[in-house]
Amino acid sequence: MSQAQAAPFDVDSVRSDFPILGRAVRDRALVYLDNAATTQKPRSVIDAMDRYYEEENANIHRGVHLLSQQATFAYERARGRIAKFVNAVESAEIVFCRGTTEAVNLVAHGYARPRVQAGDEILVTHMEHHSNIVPWQMLCQATGAKLTVAPVTDAGALDLAGFADRLSPRTRLVAVTHASNVLGTINPIRQLCDLAHECGIPVFVDGAQGAPHLGVDVQALGCDFYAFSGHKLFAPTGIGALWGRRELLEAMSPYEGGGSMIQSVTFEATTFAELPNKFEAGTPNIAGAIGLAAAVDYLNGLGMERIAAYEDELLVYATERLLAVDGLRLFGTAADKVAVLSFALDAAHPHDIGTILDIEGVAIRTGHHCAQPLMQRFGVPAMARASFAFYNTRREVDALVSALGKVREILG
Amino acid sequence: MSELRELYQQVILDHNRKPHNFGPLDTANRHQEGFNPLCGDHLHVYLRLSADDVIEDIHFDGSGCAISKASASLMTQLLKGCTADEARQRFAGFHAMVTADNDAPVDLEAAGKLAVFSGVREFPMRVKCATLAWHTMKSALDSEATDPITTE
Ligand SMILES: Cc1ncc(COP(=O)(O)O)c(C=O)c1O
Repeated sequence: MSQAQAAPFDVDSVRSDFPILGRAVRDRALVYLDNAATTQKPRSVIDAMDRYYEEENANIHRGVHLLSQQATFAYERARGRIAKFVNAVESAEIVFCRGTTEAVNLVAHGYARPRVQAGDEILVTHMEHHSNIVPWQMLCQATGAKLTVAPVTDAGALDLAGFADRLSPRTRLVAVTHASNVLGTINPIRQLCDLAHECGIPVFVDGAQGAPHLGVDVQALGCDFYAFSGHKLFAPTGIGALWGRRELLEAMSPYEGGGSMIQSVTFEATTFAELPNKFEAGTPNIAGAIGLAAAVDYLNGLGMERIAAYEDELLVYATERLLAVDGLRLFGTAADKVAVLSFALDAAHPHDIGTILDIEGVAIRTGHHCAQPLMQRFGVPAMARASFAFYNTRREVDALVSALGKVREILG
Repeated sequence: MSELRELYQQVILDHNRKPHNFGPLDTANRHQEGFNPLCGDHLHVYLRLSADDVIEDIHFDGSGCAISKASASLMTQLLKGCTADEARQRFAGFHAMVTADNDAPVDLEAAGKLAVFSGVREFPMRVKCATLAWHTMKSALDSEATDPITTE
């Protein structure tokens, strides 16, 4: 462990890296607790993108001129850093895409579609985000396959026996989230992969909420695909990555056709480019990839282990304080969680909670969180959710709790 | 606190706690279901329209936030006895008020009891809550179809 990593987590110094955290909302200091929706960006990410546009902007993989070489180098170097961040065997296993949603669709079309027939099954869990449900449902509609769903316990954990029961000889793919954007539950990916692999079934992991909080090691997780979104990882919107095992990516057909993803084109036939270009048709989000790599550098600088430890402490504190609020009901009390707290307060509608908190300067999210089946599972149309990042503080948890007092005062 | 109280006025809180004309209407000849997919609000508007287009009775039920429930409750109070055209006009006026610029003056006289919702315009995300019942009422008037409508 380096000296920097051994030092205590200096949250005030970390906060000063994020320009937006200094702004006021309705004349109060911003308390941003909507990090599961999107995270704020450190200065280093903003600067890396600015520098790219000011000094290196050109299209990649095509020009012989210096700028194009520099842009290509920066883009491919970004890929390498992201490969390292998730501990991929090689950077060619990293496909840049718009985000988790596009990655799911890429795997659904490129991997599953040609391999799935009527009567086959795709296994998801009851805690998935719509983006890890709807593409599979569409695939099922197109092929006559069936979507099967592993149940979630009342505490919000995945029911492991229920999961194992649903692995059938017809299951062609498991699609599961690393961490739930509503319950915070961390799924035991290694264990799920072992179960699925015993039956010869590959596993796609939605890492949208896992990657920002947990150090990701795709080899240790044992999964076959892992996807995440840059904007939830302190990087810009419009960029994300799909990691896939080389054998699987190689065997897959391209998702979109166009420039950059070909080796040669005649009107009779096209041969496709090698990995990863085969999956990156058209001019990609170059600045976004550079921003994502800068975010990864930033996280590595802090150390994912220190981040996770700090967030754990914050989660314990926030859980304690929220549970002490009269009339508050927490959704998701699994043992293993990232710092996400969804709740109901008396009979107050989450929308009213969200507005009153907003007036108090506290930004949370309310609604169905793109997880309507999970809302149905818990018998509510919507929930209020506070989701934390490593730049949040105990003081902000206190601000949340005192704003919840206002809610009770007004609506109670 | 003032901004809070401006949005959550006592009248709104009272209607939220004790909504008027809440529950199905057995004699209704029009019924419409409204959704706000963004927040999961879901309500029904039931009304009895006479042969000469007068709203003889109007009820609502469902689940929603304080703003949408209070808006529905006040709406049913105001529209009972109106003609269908008057109801549409009141909706147009209400809609204009909650979507007006923050600094535009509110015509309190025209708004009448609905003026308690003038604070909504400062919260664009809540306009849909305030108008869901009205949209649903309008589509109940416009047709006898029972397809659910949404404010999305
Ligand atoms: C668990 C989970 N999966 C997938 C997504 C979709 O991510 P994106 O909208 O960035 O594609 C989200 C974002 O809300 C999420 O929380």
